[in-house]
Amino acid sequence: MGLAILLALFVAPEDADQGVSQRIFYIHVPIALTAYFCFGLGAWKALLLLWRGDERYDLESYVAIHHGTIFGVLTLVTGSLWAKASWGVWWLWSENQLVLFLVLFLFYCAYFMLRFSLEEGPRRARSSAVYALFGVALIPVSFLAIRLAEDFIHPTVFTRDGPQMTATMFTAFCVTWAAVTLLAYVLYRVELAGKRLDADLRELREALQ
Amino acid sequence: MTQGQYVAAVYGVVFVVVLAYVAIIAAKLARLQHETTELLELARRREQPARSREAVIREAPGEV
Repeated sequence: MGLAILLALFVAPEDADQGVSQRIFYIHVPIALTAYFCFGLGAWKALLLLWRGDERYDLESYVAIHHGTIFGVLTLVTGSLWAKASWGVWWLWSENQLVLFLVLFLFYCAYFMLRFSLEEGPRRARSSAVYALFGVALIPVSFLAIRLAEDFIHPTVFTRDGPQMTATMFTAFCVTWAAVTLLAYVLYRVELAGKRLDADLRELREALQ
Repeated sequence: MTQGQYVAAVYGVVFVVVLAYVAIIAAKLARLQHETTELLELARRREQPARSREAVIREAPGEV
């Protein structure tokens, strides 16, 4: 992560169009991609739960969506700061990419409301899994919105001709993306282990008392 | 605010959020460690009378 920040802030050349604020790109885009990935992973685990019926996938799906939400908050905050620096406004309701990401984020926020309104058990696991699977349909819509929109000011960096940036910029982006993905994976494993340990301890306490 | 300050704010926000998350996980880990110690003590307390009973049976089998 340290190397990624070093590359993004000090090694990558300054963008001729946006200036220093373009350096937000190196952290904002990997965080947004990680949020999509976490939501997708949550949906995949939900599908496995419905398919195989193994209840361990319920916790895995929940933790992945929890991380997707955290990275979603970061995407919205960093994006908003970048918008203020580049466009002079915190938010633009006319931008499909922004609004669709907000819809995706709010959809998964409602996942927690659904989950915690039901009693723990197979019914809650199945309902949460079905909800998580519905949300996955929003991911490609949100991701492709920037390409589908005809009038946009949100920049498109990755086109069919490849990344529209220099090799150093692309390297900085890839390193940051790898670092953020690795961070998300480590946090996912740690939280999952903590939650499993918590459940085991609860069971052990009930057995001992 | 200058553009440089916005860049610093973005990286600062990410750092603070990750730090807060790590602090929450550390607090949870401490709670789990505490619970594990409690359960271990509970298990030892349960085990002790059983062991003493076994010792009594071994020492004087006909009396118990």
